[in-house]
Amino acid sequence: MAETRLIRKDALTKLFEKTRQSGRRILAPKAKGEQAFFEEVTSFGEVCLDHVQTRSSAKEAVFPKCEALLRYKFGDKGAVSYDEKPFEPPVTVVFGTRPCDARSLAALRAVFNWDTPDKFYLEREARTTIISVSCTKADSDCFCTSVGGGPGDTAGSDILLTPVSDKEYLAEILTEKGQAIVALAPELFATAGGAQKEPHLAKVAVQFDVNELAKTIPVTFNDEKVWQEQSLACLGCGTCAYVCPTCACFDIQDEANRQGGVRLRCWDSCGFSLFTLHTSGHNPRHVQSQRWRQRVMHKFSYYLERQGMLGCVGCGRCSRACPVDMNLVEHLKELALHGRNG
Amino acid sequence: MAVATSNIPNIYKPYLMRIEKVTVEAPGVRTFRLVFTNPEEAEKFTFQAGQFAEYSSFGDGESTFCIASSPTRKGYVECTFRQAGRVTSGLASKDVGDVIGFRGPYGNTFPLEAWEGKNIVFVAGGIALPPMRCVIWNVLDLRDKYKDVTILYGARTVADLVYKDELAEWDARPDVRLVTTVDPGGETPDWKGQIGFVPAVVEKAAPSAENSIAVVCGPPIMIKFTLPVLSKLGFKPENIFTTLENRMKCGVGKCGRCNVGKTYVCKDGPVFTFAQVKELPPEY
Amino acid sequence: MEELKNKVRELLKAGTVQAVIGYRAGSDEKTARVAFVRQPDEADGLILDPRCTDNLAVYLLKPEVKLLGKLAIVARPTTARTILQLASENQLADGQVIVLGVSADGKAVVELASFEALEKFVGQVPAGLTEEEKVLLAKIEGMSREERWAFWQSEFARCIKCYACRAACPMCYCSRCIVESNQPQWIPVSPHDEGNLEWHLVRAMHLAGRCLNCGFCAKACPMGIPLNLLTQRLAEEAKAAFGAVAGGSATGEYALSMFKADDKEGFIR
Ligand code: SF4
Ligand code: SF4
Ligand code: SF4
Ligand code: SF4
Ligand code: FES
Repeated sequence: MAETRLIRKDALTKLFEKTRQSGRRILAPKAKGEQAFFEEVTSFGEVCLDHVQTRSSAKEAVFPKCEALLRYKFGDKGAVSYDEKPFEPPVTVVFGTRPCDARSLAALRAVFNWDTPDKFYLEREARTTIISVSCTKADSDCFCTSVGGGPGDTAGSDILLTPVSDKEYLAEILTEKGQAIVALAPELFATAGGAQKEPHLAKVAVQFDVNELAKTIPVTFNDEKVWQEQSLACLGCGTCAYVCPTCACFDIQDEANRQGGVRLRCWDSCGFSLFTLHTSGHNPRHVQSQRWRQRVMHKFSYYLERQGMLGCVGCGRCSRACPVDMNLVEHLKELALHGRNG
Repeated sequence: MAVATSNIPNIYKPYLMRIEKVTVEAPGVRTFRLVFTNPEEAEKFTFQAGQFAEYSSFGDGESTFCIASSPTRKGYVECTFRQAGRVTSGLASKDVGDVIGFRGPYGNTFPLEAWEGKNIVFVAGGIALPPMRCVIWNVLDLRDKYKDVTILYGARTVADLVYKDELAEWDARPDVRLVTTVDPGGETPDWKGQIGFVPAVVEKAAPSAENSIAVVCGPPIMIKFTLPVLSKLGFKPENIFTTLENRMKCGVGKCGRCNVGKTYVCKDGPVFTFAQVKELPPEY
Repeated sequence: MEELKNKVRELLKAGTVQAVIGYRAGSDEKTARVAFVRQPDEADGLILDPRCTDNLAVYLLKPEVKLLGKLAIVARPTTARTILQLASENQLADGQVIVLGVSADGKAVVELASFEALEKFVGQVPAGLTEEEKVLLAKIEGMSREERWAFWQSEFARCIKCYACRAACPMCYCSRCIVESNQPQWIPVSPHDEGNLEWHLVRAMHLAGRCLNCGFCAKACPMGIPLNLLTQRLAEEAKAAFGAVAGGSATGEYALSMFKADDKEGFIR
C-alpha cells in the first residue's frame, strides 16, 4: 500500500485549504506560551512544528476530554425516555502528530475495542486521518526506541511526512485514508526520486530493555519500598495521565435538570486518591505508592498480558508535564535494574 | 463531509426498567423488582447467577450491584442495595412505577453445572446476602441436582438481617439447613437464632467438606476469619467461591477502575475461587 | 550552601528530625526537584539556586511524607509564609516542623524552630507582587469588561479538570474538595465550559486572601492557564478590603471566614 512522494513545505498551505474545503476539521499543534497544544486550525499558518513534542496529546480527536454517552428526558410519573440522535463525530485530520502519537492509537483501540466495542471511540477513529511528521530532533524525555517505536516509525499514521530538506517533505502514503487526502490535491505530490528519510531522523538512544522490564516489574510488585521512594514526590495530580496519549481511564457522570439530562464521560486518572475509593470508605489503593505502581504496572505489565502490547509509546509527555519532575525513564531504568538485582 | 454511520450499539445505554415492587429489607436497605419497559428486550434478556449490572438513577448516575434474583425466575430482575452515596440515594427515592436504568448483565458466573451432585454451603454476612440469594434460589429451584444445602447467615443485629420472609421460607424447608446469627448484643428478646460472629458459628455448625462447595460473601473482616475455619473443616481453596467488589464505572473493561493487578473484576470476575484470590495482589 | 548542608547533617545526626525536605538537581540543568533527605550523607545532594522555586510546603501535609517522622524544610520566603498561613489555619502546630529559612538572595540559612521566629523572618522580606506580575495584572485590568470575559473564557475553555493546580497548591489541603462533594453536586464534574468556569470561580474564591503567590498552580497546569493571576488579584482585593495579607502570622485571622459584630458591611451583622 505504501507509496512514497515528495511534497513541498509551501504546498501544505494549499493542502490545508483543500482539506478544509472537503469538510474535514484539522487539529494541529498550535503554540501557546512556551508550549504547543493540539487545537483546531483553519490554515497551515497557524501550525507550529517547532516543538519536540506537544504538551497535550492528540487523543482528544478520538477520546475527547468530555463526551456525551446518552441523553434522556424525564416524563410524567417517573418516566424516562431517551433523546436519541445519530452519533456523527466530525471528520477529522490530525496533522503534525509525532510517530509515537500515531502508535498510541493502537493502545487506545485495544481498550476501547476489548470484547465490547465502544461506539464513540471507534466511530471517531474511523473518521480520523493521521498525518504525522517524523522527528528530526528529540529531547532527553523521549524514549520511543525503548518501547518499540522510532522517530520515523510509520505505525498508526495514514501519511508520514519526513522533512528531507528545508523545502520538502518525503511523504509516505500508508493507508487508504492517506490516499484520500492525496486525492484532494494530487498535483501537490511529486514523485519521490531517491530521497531517503533515515539520514534526517533524530537519534534516540535505547534507554532500557523493555522485555527485561516486563519480567522484572512483576517481581518488584511487593517491594513496597521501591514504589514508596519513587512516589514520595508525586502529588497525585493526574497530569501525567491527562497528557498521556494512551491513558484511557474515564469517569462517567450525570448532569441533569428537571426536563432531562446527559450522561457524560470525562478523563480520569488512576493517580487520584479518590479513583478507587469505595462508598464504604475502603480504598484498595489508599496510598500514592500503590497508585504510582498501578500506573507503571498497567502500562508495562498488565497491558502486555491483557492487550498484547505496551501501554506506553515513549512520548515523554508525562515527564515533561509533571510539576514535580517525576521522570518516567529514570524510574523505569531503576525498576529494570532493581528486578535484576533483587 | 458525510460518512456512513456504523451500527455499533451504544454499550453505555441502559435498558429502561420499571420498578414493579419495592421491599424495605432493613434500615436503608431496599430491594427493587424491575421489569423491562420494552417487551422485546425482556424477551432477549438472559443472565446467569453471579453476574452484576450498572443501575442508573437518571440525573444522579450509575451504581454497581449484583443481580439478586435467580435466572430461574423469568420476567424480572431484582437488586438489593444500601443507600449510601449520590446514586443509591437517588434510587432510594424512587417508587413503584418509576423508571430506572439497567445495564448488564456483566461479568462471569458461578459454575452451577459443575456443582451438580455436590453439597453446597453458603456463608454470608450483612448486606452480602444479595449476591448469594441469586445462587441460593438458583440451586433451590433445581433442588434435585444438588445434595445437602446449608445456609449460614449473620448480621450485626436482627434489624440488619435482609430477606426476612425468605429466611423464614428457607427455615421451613426440610431440604435446607438454615443457621442465622447476630453479633453479641444484636439480638432481640424473641431472637431464636444463634448469637455470635459468623466464623465461630461456621465452626460450630461444622458443615462437611466432603464433596462440598462453599460460597462465602461478606465484609472483608468476616471473610478473613471465616476462611481459616473452612480450611480447618477441610475445604480446599479451589472449592470456596466468593464475589469481589471493587469500584466500577463502565462494567466492560474500559474505564480502568476495577482492576486488581492484571485482573479486571468487571470482566474476569466478580466470581472467584479463593485459590484465584490468593494469586491476586493485595489491592482489593 | 555548605551552611545548609551542615545544618541538615546536624539535624539528622542529632535525631532532631527524621527527614529534611529540600531541593536537589532535577532531570536537566534547568530543573530542580524535591529531595527527602533522611541520611546525613544524602545532604551532599542538596542544592539551592534560582531553579529551586517549587513551594515545598505542599509536602508538609502529604500523608505519605508525614509518615517519615519529624520534618525540617528548606524554605524560601514564600514557603515560609505558606507555613505561617497553614499554621493560622490550624494545619500545622508550633514546633511541628523546623524551618530552614533561606534569605531572598539564597545565601544565608537560619534555623527557625518556632512560629515566632518564622514571623520575624518573613517580616524582613517584603511580600507582594513582583514588577513583572504587576504589569501582567495591569494588562488584564486594562481590558474592557467584554475583553476580560473573553480572555478568561478562552483560558478556562482549555481546562481539562485534572486538578493539578489544586494538587500543587499547598493551601488546597481539603481531603474532600467541594468539587468532589456530590450530595448535592455543587460543581459539575465535567470539563465543559460551564463546569470549568464554576471550578475556577470556586478555586479562586476559596483562595482569596489565602494565596501566597508561589505560582505552583500555574506551573502545574499542563494547559498553560495563568490561573495564579486570579488569586493574585483576589489577594490585592483582600488586602484593600480587609488589610489582610496571607502568611504574615501564625495567628492571623482569615478575613473571609471571620465574623465580627462591628463588621463594616451591614448585611453580615
Ligand atoms: S506514559 Fe508517558 S511516555 Fe508513555 S505514552 Fe504516556 S505520556 Fe507518553
Ligand atoms: S504528573 Fe507527576 S505529580 Fe502529577 S500524578 Fe503524575 S507523577 Fe504524580
Ligand atoms: S493558589 Fe497558586 S499561587 Fe496561590 S498558594 Fe496556591 S499554588 Fe500558590
Ligand atoms: S491544572 Fe489547569 S487544566 Fe488542570 S484543573 Fe487546573 S486549570 Fe484546569
Ligand atoms: S469497571 Fe470499568 S474497567 Fe472494570
